[in-house]
Amino acid sequence: MKSPLKVAAIALAATLMSGPALAQIEKPECVAPAKPGGGFDLTCRIAQQGLAPQLDDPMQVTFMPGGIGAVAINLFATTRTDDPNAIVAFSSGSLLNIATGKFGKWTEDDVRFVGTAGADFGAVVVREDSPYQTLDDLMDAFKEDVKGVVVGAGGSVGSQDWMKAALLLKSIGEEPRAMRYVAFDGGGDAIAGLLGGSIQAYMGDVGEMVPHLGAGQMRILALMSPERLPEPFAEYPTAIELGYDAEWTILRGFYMGKDVSDEAYNAWADAFKAAYETEAFAQIQKEKGLMPLNMAGDELDASVKKRIANLRDVAREAGLIE
Amino acid sequence: MDVISGLSSGFAVALLPLNLFLVLVGCFAGTLIGSLPGIGPINGVAILLPIAYGLGLPPESALILLAGIYYGAEYGGRISSILLNVPGDAGAVMTTLDGNPLARKGEAGRALSLSAVASFCGGTIAVILMSLFGPLLASFAVTFSPADYVALMVFAFASLASLVGKNPIKTLLGALMGLMLATIGIDANTGVARYTFGIPDILAGIDFLIVVIGLFGMAELIHMVEVQVSGKLKLLPIGKSFVSWRDIMTVKWTILRSSLIGFFIGVLPGTGASVASAVTYGTEKRLDPDGGRTFGQGNIRGLAAPEAGNNGAAGGAMVPMLTLGIPGSGTTAILLGALLLFNVQPGPLMFEMRPEIAWGLIASMYIGNVALLVINLPMAGLFARMLTIPQKYLTPLIAVLAFIGVYSVVGNPFDLYMIIALGLFGWVLRKLDFALAPVILGFVLGGLFEDNLRRALSISGGDWSILVSSGNSIVLYGLAVLIVAVPVWLARRQRSRVATDG
Repeated sequence: MKSPLKVAAIALAATLMSGPALAQIEKPECVAPAKPGGGFDLTCRIAQQGLAPQLDDPMQVTFMPGGIGAVAINLFATTRTDDPNAIVAFSSGSLLNIATGKFGKWTEDDVRFVGTAGADFGAVVVREDSPYQTLDDLMDAFKEDVKGVVVGAGGSVGSQDWMKAALLLKSIGEEPRAMRYVAFDGGGDAIAGLLGGSIQAYMGDVGEMVPHLGAGQMRILALMSPERLPEPFAEYPTAIELGYDAEWTILRGFYMGKDVSDEAYNAWADAFKAAYETEAFAQIQKEKGLMPLNMAGDELDASVKKRIANLRDVAREAGLIE
Repeated sequence: MDVISGLSSGFAVALLPLNLFLVLVGCFAGTLIGSLPGIGPINGVAILLPIAYGLGLPPESALILLAGIYYGAEYGGRISSILLNVPGDAGAVMTTLDGNPLARKGEAGRALSLSAVASFCGGTIAVILMSLFGPLLASFAVTFSPADYVALMVFAFASLASLVGKNPIKTLLGALMGLMLATIGIDANTGVARYTFGIPDILAGIDFLIVVIGLFGMAELIHMVEVQVSGKLKLLPIGKSFVSWRDIMTVKWTILRSSLIGFFIGVLPGTGASVASAVTYGTEKRLDPDGGRTFGQGNIRGLAAPEAGNNGAAGGAMVPMLTLGIPGSGTTAILLGALLLFNVQPGPLMFEMRPEIAWGLIASMYIGNVALLVINLPMAGLFARMLTIPQKYLTPLIAVLAFIGVYSVVGNPFDLYMIIALGLFGWVLRKLDFALAPVILGFVLGGLFEDNLRRALSISGGDWSILVSSGNSIVLYGLAVLIVAVPVWLARRQRSRVATDG
């Protein structure tokens, strides 16, 4: 006994559940606001592969480097504000740039955050033969003489790599600005600096450590994740559990222009939510070295805005902004 | 796995029909891509990466294809430098200095074929050294500290002292302008934005490519238009010249020295083809028995040195990427990203865990270099005929290609205005009789010099003695003194000998 209404309802439900019928998204595009090969490229690849079952057309990845992402946000806050087919990759670094005003007048209110690709976490790394065998050893050395340890990473002062070190120092009441910090041109050069002995501690990311696990060259002292991570990182303690209140989550995700219609915004958010349910998406995240941190739509938008507000406080305390 | 068995298993992979085909396709496409002004190895690989990935090839095949494009483009970069005086990328700037004068003399075919041989030697010597000493070199390269890079840059500046030609003041001013351009953008050590005037597009600084295409390419085009409009255009003679055995014998030591220097500079993470070609050119000019007088007027040593150097560096840059998972240049960073896309973890364990990829890639580099020589020698004549295209068609064609090249990688219209502005600036400089090479070198070397100097001083906490505290740096300072002093001393001895003879 099927009433026409019921049939319609089932049909409607089927349409809503089966992602591919998202008619609004045509020629989907993911903008990586950097040169190819970096973290933003990776973020877009996750969307490209992970959302493929949810989208009718294959997603194109385009690159828009310039001003550490400022060029892309500028474009999406001025001309492509209502583009329903494009998402732009962001990371916690972009959020920090928004918080510290590096993107000029553009703030979190000029874009809509739509979905996440996953998360990575900070890691405190030393050379295998380092005298600092534990995070306590390292932090004690900082307490003794804050300028006694040379710290390095791939980002400039005020970048998220610097923030990791700054948060660690803040957790023991030291002044971040007093630290001897060496800014390398990317993580690769910084790892070379660590292996070569130019720096004693490297503020890296968990994901980039995967190829180096078991190579016997570097030692991970602590992870800056909120809690312990699954294998192959299960054996590493978090800074928090060791008694240092320093957490750094590198959120990777996507935003759209602020004038995008709710219809288009929700279509994307639903595509992300549908993908999060699949085993394939989890597999892609894992292959790309990210941990699941699945959130989409208004929930994400609100969470990111809260995150930026927090960053503003941290940046102010660290002396990055007035 | 030792080198011989590793290589033989590598050749087994690289000689599979599919992989052999891909390396040939990659080399051919790379040469064409590299020959376009504005598109060099870095954007060639970046643009084709999604295609290689989309083809669904096994990882080793895709990587072989991309690597073929990489060194193919490094070969091809010399073509527009020689024929048009428009370098395809930063590594090909020095090639214009003697390559273009040769083409103007009607010896384009000779210049193209000679530089193909130099490129082949540079690339092959690099891959031989890589297979023999790769891991050893990589572990040496990481001991190179920021202070040592400072010394290396001092050495580079010293070897370039030879560029101070007729007009030392203008050369130094040019280098200073390059240095000033390099300071634009966010300062890594303080996080402060310098000279950005609130323009977001230059927050991260000005890309090498933009400076090279703008200052060289656009300035050259404006110059061409000016010559045409004022009716001073001279048709270039096209001789059927080709490289002779005597030429190769003349430059054999140049090629060997430059390949070795280029390779070692390439192995260091942080310096690549542009530094290598600058240092090799400068070194050869300093060592020239005639005191470098004919350099810049079509000297074949001045052409062979940067080409052997930049191809040596392209090979060298693969060493830290394959053995340590640390990219030695922008292009290898993209290749590293490609490995990750295929879920291959580069790094210390790759030779053990994925030997078919590591050794297959190395073997394909041997094949690729031979293939490039075979492709490039017969094409030299064909490319040289490009000069027979009437100027009124050639100029807009190059302009369009340069714009597409810049836009295709960066995708930011602002950069198109930048190359025009820099082109006008470069043209004015040329009118004022400035050489443009010092500007570019000031930009490249000056940026590296500043970054590493400040890194070194952050490490030492502001103590300058760190700059002379390692063996590496002391050796480099010693070499810097030698390269400045020896030619002066030689010249003086020659003069006194002439005096005693006479």
